[in-house]
Amino acid sequence: MHNERSGFLTLMLTVGLAFLYIPMVLLVIYSFNYSKLVPVWGGWSTRWYKVLFESPEVWEAVRLSLQIAFINATFATMLGALAGLAMVRFGKFRGRTLFGGMLVAPLVMPEVITGLSLLIFFISLKELIGWPLERGFTTITIAHITFSLAYVAVIVQARLTGMGVSLEEAAADLGAKPFTVMSSITLPRLAPGLLSGWLLAFCLSLDDLVIASFVTGPGSTTLPILIFSRIRLGLRPDINALATIIIIFVAILVAIAAYIMLRQQRRELIDQQMAARGDV
Amino acid sequence: MVNVKTSSGSDALTDTKEISKDKPLLEIRGVSKKFGDFTAVNNVDLDIYQGELFCLLGGSGCGKTTLLRMLAGFEKPSSGQILIDGQDMSEVPPYKRPTNMMFQNYALFPHMTVEKNIAFGLEQDGLAKTEILDKVDSILKLVELQEYKKRRPQQLSGGQRQRVALARALVKEPKLLLLDEPLAALDKKLREQTQFELMNIQEKVGVTFVVVTHDQEEAMTLSTRIAVMDKGRFIQTGTPTEIYEYPNDRFVADFIGSANILDGKVVSNIDGMVEVSTYLGKFSLTSNSNISKGSNLYVGLRPEKISISRTSSKSTNITGYIDDIGYFGNTSRYKVRLDNDQIIDVTAQNQKRPKDEKDRLTYEDKVQLSWDNSSAMLLLK
Repeated sequence: MHNERSGFLTLMLTVGLAFLYIPMVLLVIYSFNYSKLVPVWGGWSTRWYKVLFESPEVWEAVRLSLQIAFINATFATMLGALAGLAMVRFGKFRGRTLFGGMLVAPLVMPEVITGLSLLIFFISLKELIGWPLERGFTTITIAHITFSLAYVAVIVQARLTGMGVSLEEAAADLGAKPFTVMSSITLPRLAPGLLSGWLLAFCLSLDDLVIASFVTGPGSTTLPILIFSRIRLGLRPDINALATIIIIFVAILVAIAAYIMLRQQRRELIDQQMAARGDV
Repeated sequence: MVNVKTSSGSDALTDTKEISKDKPLLEIRGVSKKFGDFTAVNNVDLDIYQGELFCLLGGSGCGKTTLLRMLAGFEKPSSGQILIDGQDMSEVPPYKRPTNMMFQNYALFPHMTVEKNIAFGLEQDGLAKTEILDKVDSILKLVELQEYKKRRPQQLSGGQRQRVALARALVKEPKLLLLDEPLAALDKKLREQTQFELMNIQEKVGVTFVVVTHDQEEAMTLSTRIAVMDKGRFIQTGTPTEIYEYPNDRFVADFIGSANILDGKVVSNIDGMVEVSTYLGKFSLTSNSNISKGSNLYVGLRPEKISISRTSSKSTNITGYIDDIGYFGNTSRYKVRLDNDQIIDVTAQNQKRPKDEKDRLTYEDKVQLSWDNSSAMLLLK
């Protein structure tokens, strides 16, 4: 298809990609800037990476963020999967519509509202039962689970609906009790959905600034809170270095995911070829 | 716990093609199923005997699949009772029933190999590993898939998947095997071949089959008996010959094969010999139904029971003109227009290759139609 249209498409693609990626490329370049002032070019250097590696509070923030993200993703996946199963596989039960609505509400709720209400909740909880004593790791994790599980539930619901019930019925028909059906058919089939739900919950937590800012307390600084508080005091080159490291990390993950998908596609193609050769 | 095992593996593979008529294996007693206001199955009664290959035949939405799903235990009857081997199934969940089902799209477990798919049901019964392996091997041999046991379902063709699904259901040696449109996903050539394979396997294992299908040809070829369903009811139940040659209803006559349906009026009924007058003349037909003189009913005449020719003879019943021709190679279908503008369908075997164009029947030819009066079918409604 070599005509004017493909020329136009190429142009649009280039503009689109440039729009998305030039800011990031600039950020990476400026992370190697010797000058202390971000917009002034002072020659190539890795001094800000050195500064970064020598500042313990950055690594403390990274550790805290990853820890919260991990626990959040795990709990959100478990709870979200249960909620999704209840919605799709348990037929009609009392309050199903209400439950379904409440399940997706966090997706459309403005973050500031969620954050504020959770803050009020934690404060009154402390008044009532004396827990949580201080806000920080626990409160951020709980707050993240409450909104992440909604995303997981949506993914699980979609996957369950797409799977249909016939495999589960076939298993039951072959004598599998409900628990066996769940463990040997439903869960393995659901695994890709659970994995993507887990990853999404992980990323949502890692990314969250607003809700974490509301429910955090003294001494608990997650990575987004740290970056944002530093930027407020003016652009700083060591933050550019940190951002560059995060970009590289994400790029590696994306490359791995793309490789796995490519391999999966190739395997499906081979399967199809084997199947096509088979007919009697 | 209900013990569904009947005998050891080899027994089920011996020749036992014998339909005993003393006690039904499956009894369906006044079963209805309602979904809200919609009645999917409406007060159905049926007995199926050991060794039968029974077809539930009907168009989409006639309730045949719902009935099958009630037998498997996936749906609960709104009223009525299902008994298998004399045992009431009302409170028995699917995983404890002595039935197995072959699903329409096979429902093979994509994350397991062929071997694991087939072994799945046996593992649920807690059989010993060696016994499972033996049974899987012998069933794979029966469906001729030994070399494919390490493959996953996605790596098999449609026909092979169908056989895996059959093997997976059969290996449990159910009292009743339920098959939901077993051949619908295959292409025509493969379907015809598989029909006979399915019959052979059924004969070998002697398990009672209940097949749901919308394909009347498939039902005619496969089954020992057919129940024709419409709007949740059984319209007629009988052997393929009974259903085809002696339908009792316009729906059945038209759904199985095709038929010219004539409005008729009863002229007389003397000891079961019913005389009906139609625009194709009078038909004398036997019936053991209580038909009163003067009542309106229908007479069916199948297209292949009418012979067509250009030359008139003593047996000619009526003359007409060829309005349309459908040429199928082995047969031709003629639409013959009568003087009163009624159209009659006639099917003729193309027994001889026409020597030239003049030899062939063609449009607007004047033709003589004749039939044997006793070939007509009396349709009560």
